[in-house]
Amino acid sequence: MTLHIDIPEETLGSILAKAFRNRSFLIGFAITVLVAAMAVISYVWTPYDVTKLVISDKNLAPSSAHWFGTDHFGRDILSMIMVGARNSIAVALVAVGIGMGIGVPLGAFAAARGGLFDEALMRLNDLVFAFPALLSAIMITAIFGPGAINAIIAIGIFNIPVFARVARAGALAIWPREFILAARAAGKSKTQITIEHVLPNIATMLLVQGTIQFALAILAEAGLSYVGLGAQPPMPSWGRMLFDAQTRMVVAPWMAIFPGMAIVVSVLGLNLLGDGIADILDPKSRRQR
Amino acid sequence: MSLLEIENLSLAIGDTPILKGIELSVAPGEVMGLVGESGSGKSMTALTIMQLLPHAARASGRVSFDGIDILAATEDQMCALRGDDIGMVFQEPMTALNPVKTIGEQVAEGIRWHTKASRAEAEDRARKMLDRVGLPEAKFPLSRYPHELSGGQRQRVVIAIACALKPKLLIADEPTTALDVVLQAQILDLLRGLVSENRMGLLLISHDLAVVTEMADRITILRHGEVMESGDTAQTLSAQLHPYTRQLAQASMHVPARAKVHAAGSAKPLLEVEGVTRDYPGRRTSLFKAAPSIRAVDDVSLSLAPGQSVALVGRSGCGKSTLARMILALDKSTLGTIRFRGETITGKSEAELKAARRDMQVVFQDPYGSFDPRQKVAKLVAEPLHVLEKKPTPAERREMVAHALHEVGLGISDMDKYPHEFSGGQRQRLSIARAIITRPKLVVADEPVSALDVSIRAQILDLFAELNQKLGVAYLFITHDLTVARAITDEVLVMHDGKIVERGKTGDVLDHPQSEAAKALVAAAPDLHRAIARRMREQG
Amino acid sequence: MTAYLLKRLAIAIATLILASMVVFAVLEILPGDPARLMLGLNASAEQVELLRNQMGLNAPLVLRYLNWVGGLLSLDFGRSYTYSVPVIDLVRERMAVSLPLALIALALSTIIAIPVGLYSASRRGRAGDSIAMGAAQLGVAIPNFWFALMLIYLFAVWLRLVPAGGFPGWSAGVWPALKSLLLPAVALALPQAAILARVARSALIEVLNEDYIRTARAKGLPYRAVLWRHALRNAMIPVLTILGLQFAFLLAGTIIIENVFYLPGLGRLVFQAITQRDLIVVESIVMLLVVAVIAVNLVVDISYAIVDPRLRHRQ
Repeated sequence: MTLHIDIPEETLGSILAKAFRNRSFLIGFAITVLVAAMAVISYVWTPYDVTKLVISDKNLAPSSAHWFGTDHFGRDILSMIMVGARNSIAVALVAVGIGMGIGVPLGAFAAARGGLFDEALMRLNDLVFAFPALLSAIMITAIFGPGAINAIIAIGIFNIPVFARVARAGALAIWPREFILAARAAGKSKTQITIEHVLPNIATMLLVQGTIQFALAILAEAGLSYVGLGAQPPMPSWGRMLFDAQTRMVVAPWMAIFPGMAIVVSVLGLNLLGDGIADILDPKSRRQR
Repeated sequence: MSLLEIENLSLAIGDTPILKGIELSVAPGEVMGLVGESGSGKSMTALTIMQLLPHAARASGRVSFDGIDILAATEDQMCALRGDDIGMVFQEPMTALNPVKTIGEQVAEGIRWHTKASRAEAEDRARKMLDRVGLPEAKFPLSRYPHELSGGQRQRVVIAIACALKPKLLIADEPTTALDVVLQAQILDLLRGLVSENRMGLLLISHDLAVVTEMADRITILRHGEVMESGDTAQTLSAQLHPYTRQLAQASMHVPARAKVHAAGSAKPLLEVEGVTRDYPGRRTSLFKAAPSIRAVDDVSLSLAPGQSVALVGRSGCGKSTLARMILALDKSTLGTIRFRGETITGKSEAELKAARRDMQVVFQDPYGSFDPRQKVAKLVAEPLHVLEKKPTPAERREMVAHALHEVGLGISDMDKYPHEFSGGQRQRLSIARAIITRPKLVVADEPVSALDVSIRAQILDLFAELNQKLGVAYLFITHDLTVARAITDEVLVMHDGKIVERGKTGDVLDHPQSEAAKALVAAAPDLHRAIARRMREQG
Repeated sequence: MTAYLLKRLAIAIATLILASMVVFAVLEILPGDPARLMLGLNASAEQVELLRNQMGLNAPLVLRYLNWVGGLLSLDFGRSYTYSVPVIDLVRERMAVSLPLALIALALSTIIAIPVGLYSASRRGRAGDSIAMGAAQLGVAIPNFWFALMLIYLFAVWLRLVPAGGFPGWSAGVWPALKSLLLPAVALALPQAAILARVARSALIEVLNEDYIRTARAKGLPYRAVLWRHALRNAMIPVLTILGLQFAFLLAGTIIIENVFYLPGLGRLVFQAITQRDLIVVESIVMLLVVAVIAVNLVVDISYAIVDPRLRHRQ
């Protein structure tokens, strides 16, 4: 399969103008900012203190005092969701950072060098893809024990081949272009060409992939925390909150509903943001509308 | 009575008007040539007749085919017409066929759909049709897939699909633009034969005046969605009453004025190619046998004097672009040596090549693809400065870029624009500015004008000629277009199957070709002078 | 064709060998002596040493690796420390739950996604497309285990239509067993179906913009016929890629979903094994799942060649 990259030809101004008319982008951007703001605000203020257990207030249904109700220890669910956002964002950010930081250079240089290096990288990619994120998390936990850091490593490792593959495919589509040939005729080295011409031209697709992977990382982290392999109590995390809710579905369904909604909304926001960016910057996908 | 009658056809896509009051008719058995430069609306006219327009398009006016009002016809009525009474051939043969279906299936499909014939019957007719378009059973069984065929062969399949049911009207939209001249002549021959056999009407759409003149009984000239002139081909083109017709005809025959002509052998050669060969690994046929290699360039030797302008002509796939890349040290040769200014450049590292790169630059075919869309002109044109011994200061760089832009007829204000803000012709000027900024001794130009409209092409050829005189830069033009070679080169090298089969003064080779390959090229090349003269004889 | 298939097969085997080395290495660097773990704290040093020799733990590294791989190949995965039964017996028993679950989910996801993708692509931009893709956008964002919780709340707690969890075993009859797998399968399948529908739609739309679609239309085929005869098969290639990837996700998803529904599958087993540090079980299951993922990818590669004649001719 060949990859076609339509390189958009526009300026920052026209891109911004389009961004303001793109519904996916606007909604996605708003949600993403909201979730991030929630995490930041939680450092200075939450409606209730999440470290204090108020047993007398346990399993309270949503009310004006506790918008999303309380859990089995009497902690305010809204406050816990706010603090839990930190964990989700931090894990996803670092994991995607690892994936991008290692995967993109690997993929871009594999495309530039070709040959044995390229082949070796692709085989290594196959190897990592053979271990779904959860499996590698299980293995890592089996060695080092559960924890947020190990969840980050597991999700991060799984992200490396994803970005390597995307960067490689994108770079391979750019390399046969005549402007690359012109740069070579001008005596530029492969490294210079990769930095000056290839990476800027695949930045859009990497950005879009980044938002997708960010959303997937939030889902994966929630999954790991839910089965007890991610963030450990007392650190609140959305996945852990769902685990606690599971046995209490009958008495306190709100314990499951709201943290789940937090995950859905954040992931939805990121996906909309990614769709929006792709729409705005990639004329090909725009034509499909 | 006309087969196809278009009256006052206007078309808009969204708010953009595409066609304005088009008048056109095609009689049975007649060839109507529709000529225009890019963006003139010729393809949209064809798609309107087929009713295969994009969703946002709105047409008004009248299009009647064989008594049927096309613009008012339902989709079902159109389906019955398409492929049965109206066939269409497209420009890009490489992508026009479904890659996962055999050519037999694809030709038989339309036959089965329209005639309700049995599979065997339809395949039998498909077989006959493929034989007719020059794809005999022995080499091209129905079970072939498109990817196993070359571009010219695929275009034959597309023609077989379009003509399978002997349509009353065939629309051919730039059917030969993607092919080399020899294939073009073959495909045009085939179309001519099919038209006269079946008394089909043919609407031939092309940007190439010479092709249309050779083929068409009548001609319609389109510009910016409006008909400029129409009438009998011979009359229209000999009288050239309309100024735009005259402009097109003159541009098609344009030869830049060149004062001095360089001859080889006078000075020490600038470029020497000795016994250069390039092998590519071929397709492996068996797991246990090594893949046979494909020889793209076979033992080629040539030399070029300083300031000389030489054309390397040949059909597509003859190895000329591979040779050019090896000369530019962008590809490694399997055997042989290349010397530039007396120094061997084959087998040298990128660092050792820097000095050679200063004196050797390149202009590519595609004015859209040869610039990084994310960089501004100032940076793009300055890119070759990278190889200079002494790195220029930013101020010096801007000075040099401004100077180069001036030399190709662009302004200083163009420095801070992005490539997409320029037209195709202007981009090719940028490309030339980039090539001359280091004051090279040799510029290799790979089909530098074949993607341009004729009027722009004439201007760019003038620019090449002017720079050759002014800067004394030598050219190696890679082209399949003999008019380009005739226009601005002193010598011609004819390449065929990886070998150089003929070399000589441009005029001599083009007027009296000796080798089979050169004869074929010359015979196939469309020539407006010749075509008009022939038309005049035929149409009186 | 054979050259392509042999190459894919060679790659799959190489990946498998590398993966087995990784898993073995993990097993090696883990702290704790399996012999000591099996015998308990009261065993004497001699007893431990004897068992170590019996288990082949004192052999050189390469030999132990080969032994382990040999064991895997002859389906001898070793003995579980905690259950004191051969791991293969445990796995066999649990697989009877996990494999049907994953397959039902995969089938469900495909059956839902392909028609939706087709529908959306053929009426792109219209209301039906917008609704379907809006739903898909939401579906992609829903974590399957939360969706599972919501399904339990809706169908088991509130409507009391199905059991909230547990598995009666196949011996209780096919229908009760299937019934208890139904909700987990839906929970697994719907988010995957959302992804697949989006991919199918965009693949179809991309194909519908190709030149050969116009050629087919110019033959006189109506839009619907072009969609079925020409577009669908070409759009299958990206869809197959995603299907292959999804199998890996479904397997991982099964692990979590089994915990939500208290299904005695591989997922439950692996978590129990982790908490009890029964590492041989963990490694065996990881290895098994890796084999499954690689095998499915090989199947996907083979189906590429069936769909796309260009691959059959490439080396």
